[in-house]
Amino acid sequence: MSLQLRNITKTFQDSGQDAVRNVDLEIADGEFVCVVGKSGCGKSTLLNLIAGLEKPTAGEILLDGAPITGPGADRVVMFQEHALFPWLNVIQNVKFGMEIAGLPKQEQEEKAMKYLRLMQLEEYRDYAVHQLSGGMRQRVALARALTLDSKILLMDEPFSALDKQTSNRLRAELQDIWMKTRRTIFFITHSVEEAVYLADRVIVLSSGANSVQDIVPIELERPRHVYDNAFVEYRHRILDEVQKEL
Amino acid sequence: MAENIQKGNSKIAKLLQQLLFLLGIVVLWQLLYFVGVDVLEFWKPYAMPSPAGVWKSLLRLIENGSLFAAIGNSLLRGMIGFAISVVIGTLLGFLMEHFKFLHQNMRPLVMGIQTLPSVCWVPFSILWFGLSEQAIIFVVVMGSAFSIAIATDNAIRNVPPIYQKAALTMGANQKQIYRKVILHACLPELISGLKQGWSFAWRALMSGEVMTTCIGLGQTLITGRNLADINQVMLVMIIIVLVGILIDQLFFRSLERSIYRKRGLL
Repeated sequence: MSLQLRNITKTFQDSGQDAVRNVDLEIADGEFVCVVGKSGCGKSTLLNLIAGLEKPTAGEILLDGAPITGPGADRVVMFQEHALFPWLNVIQNVKFGMEIAGLPKQEQEEKAMKYLRLMQLEEYRDYAVHQLSGGMRQRVALARALTLDSKILLMDEPFSALDKQTSNRLRAELQDIWMKTRRTIFFITHSVEEAVYLADRVIVLSSGANSVQDIVPIELERPRHVYDNAFVEYRHRILDEVQKEL
Repeated sequence: MAENIQKGNSKIAKLLQQLLFLLGIVVLWQLLYFVGVDVLEFWKPYAMPSPAGVWKSLLRLIENGSLFAAIGNSLLRGMIGFAISVVIGTLLGFLMEHFKFLHQNMRPLVMGIQTLPSVCWVPFSILWFGLSEQAIIFVVVMGSAFSIAIATDNAIRNVPPIYQKAALTMGANQKQIYRKVILHACLPELISGLKQGWSFAWRALMSGEVMTTCIGLGQTLITGRNLADINQVMLVMIIIVLVGILIDQLFFRSLERSIYRKRGLL
């Protein structure tokens, strides 16, 4: 049970440039994988390929052995912008995916409340999206993503638009939730610290002939602390990797 | 609370100021009439309307019942025409958005037709339908449907792609995306388009009514001309403006406001 990327290359027709080159990667069930790299190295393209929002030029992506042909609820995406619907209130937003899936109303309500409670947002169930802070919006978006029990959760720099304090709090919450639920998570970030904090493995992308420059397993106990010596070592090592090219 | 009261007060003050300004214009107008017609005899009385004369016309037309019949008939006709325009326009707009072929080829044509002043449809319409209700409604539809079509196309096109992406990755199919995402996301811009469509419809309606003989504000206007009653002509012009504004404010503005407020856009 896993996600497999087999020799994936994506070339964009208008620029003729390879956004992603020769990626071979396997993500195990329950694994937390973070992807770091300079901007323009193809991080988001890789995520869009797994999501099915883009099609690879060469190679194939398999989820539990079946090839990916388009977007689907088994690979739900959480975006950098919250992507909540402003015409729906909090609980309606959280239920959206379940409504699409056609779940019974009762189950929708229970599950939505379960994840709102997990995000400590149950008091805000009837709030409008514009009444929430940036951090709360991302927590609602995460609750919405979690309700779908997708095989893999794709997160595209979900905390990078938030202020440092909020994003630190949210990544701690995410670590908490991951420890409780052991979801498979594919997480894009430009923050090496965030990657070391969250990931089982950190994938360093570069704009070289092969997109994957290095894969660093993070062998640290959870919960992790950013000031531990081992943490700092990992951080420096990966930061050096990212900055090596050029 | 105090802030709200203050806000309310400044709103009333603003309204009062606007009313006073209008009153000032009416007084100035009556003064101009008095000096130009009565004192200097510079204008002939039948060629110059006055506030007092317009007021008398108003009372007369209310008394003989023709004013409300005219307003009622015009509004009904306008709404029928507008409703047909909304159906045709949104459908056409949707098709132009959905099919690239239509967007590339149909849209320029629609925009071209939209530049044609609606009064230019009147001769065509009369040849088709005669001097009838249908002829006027046809002019109204031609005057507003195309602007609604273009507005609908734009409104759908301007929906941020992130909403569709989010829905797609939550498993939505194309039909669900249209029904549960695009329809809602494009609503504020769509309402603005419909509002503009209404103002086109109202103008086209008057072009049509002036040219035919069905009871309505346009025809009351022409009757005023035939009777050389400039006060009646002026009165009907004012009424046309007022009814147009009233529908705009009462219906479209409040609809717009409630949608914008709900989404925190106000």
